[in-house]
Amino acid sequence: MTVTLFIPCFMDALYPRAGISMVEILERLGHKVVCPEEIACCGQPPFNSGFWEEARTIAAPVLEKLKNAEAVVIGSGSCGAMVKKFYPELFKDTPHAELAKQVAARTWEFSDFLVSKLGVTDLGAKFPHKVTFHDGCHGLRELGIHQQPRALLTNVRGLELVEMTEVSCCGFGGTFAAKFPMISTAMGEVKCAAAAETGAEYIVSSDSSCLMHIQGLLSRQGKPTKTISLAEVLNTR
Amino acid sequence: MKNTETTLSEREKILGRIREALKISAPLPGSHGEVTAHAHASSPASHAREWLPSVGASAAEQFDLFAKNAADLKANFQLFSSREELQTALKNIAADEKWSRIASHDGELSNFASKSLGLPILLTDKGYDVQEMEKCDAGISECDALIAQTGGVVVTNRSAGGRALSVLPPHHIVIARREQLVADLPAAFAMLQQKYAPDYPSMISFITGPSRTGDIERILVLGAHGPKKLTVLCF
Amino acid sequence: MSSASQFKSRAAEKAGDLRHRSVIRTALRSYEVVRDKRKAAFQSWESARQAAAETKWEAINHLDEHLVALTSKLEARRTKVHWASNGAQAREIIAQILRDKKARSIIKSKAMTSEEIHLNHALEKEGFSVVESDLGEFIVQLRHEPPYHIVFPSMHLTRGEIKDLFQKELGDAPSDSPEELTMVARRVMRQKYITADVGFTGGNFAIAETGMISITENEGNARLTAALPKTMITLMGIEKVLPRFSDLALFLPMLATAGAGQPMTCYNTMYSGPRQPGECDGPEEWHVVLLDNRRTELLADAEQRDSLHCIRCGACLNVCPIFRNVGGHTYGTTYSGPVGAVITPHLRGLQDWKHLSNASTLCGACTEACPVKIDLHHHLLQNRRNASSSEPAFFEKLAYKIFAIVANEPAFWSLAKKIGWLTQPLQSLVKGTALDPAKAWTKTRDLPPQPLESFKDWWKNRQ
Repeated sequence: MTVTLFIPCFMDALYPRAGISMVEILERLGHKVVCPEEIACCGQPPFNSGFWEEARTIAAPVLEKLKNAEAVVIGSGSCGAMVKKFYPELFKDTPHAELAKQVAARTWEFSDFLVSKLGVTDLGAKFPHKVTFHDGCHGLRELGIHQQPRALLTNVRGLELVEMTEVSCCGFGGTFAAKFPMISTAMGEVKCAAAAETGAEYIVSSDSSCLMHIQGLLSRQGKPTKTISLAEVLNTR
Repeated sequence: MKNTETTLSEREKILGRIREALKISAPLPGSHGEVTAHAHASSPASHAREWLPSVGASAAEQFDLFAKNAADLKANFQLFSSREELQTALKNIAADEKWSRIASHDGELSNFASKSLGLPILLTDKGYDVQEMEKCDAGISECDALIAQTGGVVVTNRSAGGRALSVLPPHHIVIARREQLVADLPAAFAMLQQKYAPDYPSMISFITGPSRTGDIERILVLGAHGPKKLTVLCF
Repeated sequence: MSSASQFKSRAAEKAGDLRHRSVIRTALRSYEVVRDKRKAAFQSWESARQAAAETKWEAINHLDEHLVALTSKLEARRTKVHWASNGAQAREIIAQILRDKKARSIIKSKAMTSEEIHLNHALEKEGFSVVESDLGEFIVQLRHEPPYHIVFPSMHLTRGEIKDLFQKELGDAPSDSPEELTMVARRVMRQKYITADVGFTGGNFAIAETGMISITENEGNARLTAALPKTMITLMGIEKVLPRFSDLALFLPMLATAGAGQPMTCYNTMYSGPRQPGECDGPEEWHVVLLDNRRTELLADAEQRDSLHCIRCGACLNVCPIFRNVGGHTYGTTYSGPVGAVITPHLRGLQDWKHLSNASTLCGACTEACPVKIDLHHHLLQNRRNASSSEPAFFEKLAYKIFAIVANEPAFWSLAKKIGWLTQPLQSLVKGTALDPAKAWTKTRDLPPQPLESFKDWWKNRQ
């Protein structure tokens, strides 16, 4: 099928390799991938801050651009949640209400697309390291994504997955990280400690925004644990 | 118009605000904001039995469950084949704990239990001096039910000698008949409603274990203010 | 200092306090273990949650009918029911009862609504002696601080701190063993129950069908408070109603499970009146004070009305990463944690308290934990939307307008990325200093390096 891949703003600027991995994986599976140039952001930053009018200004063109997409795949749990769960809320009682619902119905987060839509769990990947998986909160609780990344990681050759005993938000939360930096840092420290306890070399996540925050703390504290996106792990051969 | 408003009681003002607010309906939970239907004809909680922890079907299973739950709660539970055995066990407790006076009430079961001890008894039924009850080593009462699901006891101030008898003395002894065991919480509430409605005792209490607190470092301590010991003797 | 800036500075301080973090985590860890065990014991916790949510929906969406039924049944058995539109009225009603009874000493069992209306302070000012009988409340009362958590008031204190407190205030602290310290409190309270003129309680549930108020506790202090003094006063929010007596069969074990990881709280007691004819003890008079205090405003917000379904179990506090890192006192208001962050802007003013709704990553752990399925984290978002539309912050709104223009126009977006890449060396020069625009981030975290080729650049190049 033709997959419209929506790479969110920070992935585009800061984590292109994660996006590139998604393209390569999908093409390897035999699908045509298109990436609309015109859309850069799902509109979540103003939305989360309560500026819904400004969020609609960003999101309406996104909807228009995705109008005819066969399948929309988003490379992040939080942006996926924005389009799939929150666009219908954002556009309720506006001319875009129906379109928002339709696009939401055709939108998937990347790991969910592979496992639930395509029925694929083995990508022939090889990543011989001990890893732990961080579930981004929006993906986990808004989209119910938990089993999908694990189904994919199970089939990565040489990979050992260890679960953290404490499951909690990493503390990024978008603008929260800048508005409440000390709380954000404390939450991140709790996450890093939970990850360190597993003895994992890598923290893997579907959400590069979470990883940005976690890696920022790990680097500043000189900790050896590394972070990597799920897509990059699945694309390693 | 204004005059009428200022003479409205607070009750009318509050109810007025409520009625005004409720003119707009709120969606039913789990309906994703789509449906604003009214609630079920039967109560949503009427199937609670199917969701609460499971209870065995037979009386034997239920007694086992009651015993296990009571033990987890650090309540003492003993099941006897006869009144006489119960009386003996109670005498032993009284001797072990060196009781010198007890409090109780005038009921068939509480009488046969308390009178057999040969100790001075403070009876609550016609009123009593609280300072005198405070000197008692134990309070002996009947109950309305034992609940297998929770390992707890249901008392009312009518069935258990008032409000204080089952909570002031440091050891609360409950004398129960085996027929008083009910399976679960829904059964207990149904029983109370059947037995007492509309003239309920002014206090109904579900007692689940001896008094406890976890307020200091979440460490369990028994006997915070209520009884440190709860003993259920059943025959 | 505004409550928002107070919150921020307290939060920053507490978030960096590793000792505090460790005490709270240890306390909550033991709760989590038993909570999960108790939830698993349910045949279906999720079905129970749905039924509880629907029951509360029924209660709140027919609130006037239920309150009328409740009141008429209570009054039929000689309970005096008072209605208070706000805290000042409630305080005055209660104080007047005390004056009428010429009461001097009041024994209190736990009531968060009494915290909400600052009752103790008002009564003490008038010369009444008020003693908190619940151990945790007693402890924080001695420390002259508010409760730390709506269910565990002294969660933040270690046994050593409590020992020192008892030594200082009571002259009686044999050791730091929780058992011995609890016995000290038990001894102190004994005569207070017996000699108090008035017993004061809160209420967990009010049953419309049978005209009862149900009180949940572990210690037995509320039972004693409702048994011994001649006059009993109960203060309760109007939202505590349940339609039927049998609803308690569901709510009592759910409250215990979610709130404390117990199958049932030790004492769950339903009161339907003062001492009735033929009863041997109990208060001669029972006054029930029903409190609005802006709950009707929350009721009028149909989108967030379900926050009145709250049964005050505290489960959302326990799972909230913000609460766990900043603690209950940081919120600076009676109701903390997620439910507090949702309702406080409604009960105390949106613009003054919106910062509580802002201080969240919207992770949703609260909504998942809530036994009555309140849509907590979405309400935080709605509060933000409401605050921004009624009084938008000028610069923030402007920043998003600019962001929208940049995001929607590929040429601007491309330019923005190039500028970001080019200014990286500059950024590392000013990192952490006052000139650093990313200071909020770089104070504790490294910024990710921005690659020269963005994803869109790569995509364009391969076409």
